[in-house]
Amino acid sequence: MSPGIHDLPVEADSPLLSSARVTIWQRTWWRGWIVPIVLLVIWQTLGQVGFFPRNLLPTPSAVLSTLQGLTQTGEIWGHIGITLQRVAIGFVLGSAAATGLGVLTGYSRWLFQLLDPLLQALRSIPSLAWVPLFILWMGIYETSKVVLIAVGVFFPVYLNLVSGIQTVDRKLVEVGRIYRLKPYQLMIRVFFPATLPAYMVGLRGGLGLGWMFVVAAELMGASQGLGYLLVDGQTTGRADLTIASILLFAIFGKATDALIAAGSHRLLYWQDAYVARG
Amino acid sequence: MLNLTQVSKQFANGFTALTDIDLTIQPGERISLVGSSGCGKSTLLRIMAGLESPSNGEVLFNDQPIVSPHPNVGLIFQDPRLMPWLTVWDNVQFGIHHLSGSQRNQITQTTLIKVGLLPFAQHLPHQLSGGMAQRVAIARALVTKPEILLLDEPFSALDALTRMKLQEHLLQIWQYDRPTLILVTHDIEEALIMSDRIVIMHPHPGRIHQEFILDLPYPRRRTDPILQAWKEHLLDQLDLSLPTSNFHLMPV
Repeated sequence: MSPGIHDLPVEADSPLLSSARVTIWQRTWWRGWIVPIVLLVIWQTLGQVGFFPRNLLPTPSAVLSTLQGLTQTGEIWGHIGITLQRVAIGFVLGSAAATGLGVLTGYSRWLFQLLDPLLQALRSIPSLAWVPLFILWMGIYETSKVVLIAVGVFFPVYLNLVSGIQTVDRKLVEVGRIYRLKPYQLMIRVFFPATLPAYMVGLRGGLGLGWMFVVAAELMGASQGLGYLLVDGQTTGRADLTIASILLFAIFGKATDALIAAGSHRLLYWQDAYVARG
Repeated sequence: MLNLTQVSKQFANGFTALTDIDLTIQPGERISLVGSSGCGKSTLLRIMAGLESPSNGEVLFNDQPIVSPHPNVGLIFQDPRLMPWLTVWDNVQFGIHHLSGSQRNQITQTTLIKVGLLPFAQHLPHQLSGGMAQRVAIARALVTKPEILLLDEPFSALDALTRMKLQEHLLQIWQYDRPTLILVTHDIEEALIMSDRIVIMHPHPGRIHQEFILDLPYPRRRTDPILQAWKEHLLDQLDLSLPTSNFHLMPV
């Protein structure tokens, strides 16, 4: 009676194991460093022989020693701290609002028709145009800065989330229906994981804009922060200070992005992603 | 027992997919609905699954009307439709979350053994071949212990060899619980290998043309002359004419 199905041949596939990706990454990460290092060496050499005017383009080593000076006095930590704080609060507020609204308009056609045209119209306003109004309403201090950053973060998160929800594979939703999932189960077990890739892209884009807007907010008027250092370097004619703060923006922008990228990589391990070779 | 009386389906755009389908299917029966594309066979299956509602008539499952997906009716689609973020193991458990963890794991394990995929329990869908993925989909339907298993051209997307293997494999698995198998296919050979009864459908509008009882022992050999004779006979029954609206596209 019992059929001999245990001998059924199992086609051995060669799955693209994630360990293979890790090995590729370990062997090739250094390639990204070649061009920047060559450029730095050229810059340093040309600067030292006096090819560039030093007050306008100081050498990399001069920028480094400026950074070192700021670190030794401890002054730098206050600037970094306040900028990180602004980005963090703005990012959390902006992405929370975008997530809430995105979920509502993504799932409800009615709310989408009601709210999405307005949000799209607001999106077409260049966000920096809000600055005077925000300063007028909320003053020059933290609130207006954080709100501006939140506005910047909002749209990429919202747009990606809504389009993610709206493009969830109808066929997978049908599987949920066949197994009689209740609406909230369908949301948690099908919509949420299916939307996650688009959502993570939105978060990364939102964070990028958050960093852009913190610069704008701090340029407008701040007594502390990396953006303040930028302006300070300009007004006091110290290009080394400005370049040092640009460098710090780059480092922290990249670091926070890498954090989200790593988190998204962990959450989306199941994706059948393309890995370029050679 | 599944009873269809006077089932019709007209879509919102006015297209009539099915008219007056009357069909009674006994428990444990293996039945195939065969027809060319556009004959409404898939729509009919979706109505039995409770995914679509008929415009007229009704579908009774053990005397209860089917208006939405029923816990004792399983459906296997043409494509596996596995959740790409779940392992094989978790995909198989997808429909039995109401059971306790230990029950769930036990059923999942025995079912994965049945379909021969236990060694692949921790794989993700994208790591499987098409045939393996479809076996996972079969396992996912089987763990709910359905009385009726609906199959919507389940093997048509696979290569010919895998298709033949899976047809026989499904018949072997069927032996365990002997659910009613309702198979929609456009492949006459598949219907001949797998079913006790074959219903031929005609299109425009979709309707039942004729039914045939196949009183042949299993397993059936594809090369069996009797089967070949059946095949020729059934092919003659299929309405293979193109819809008239297509003729103006042909070169004169």
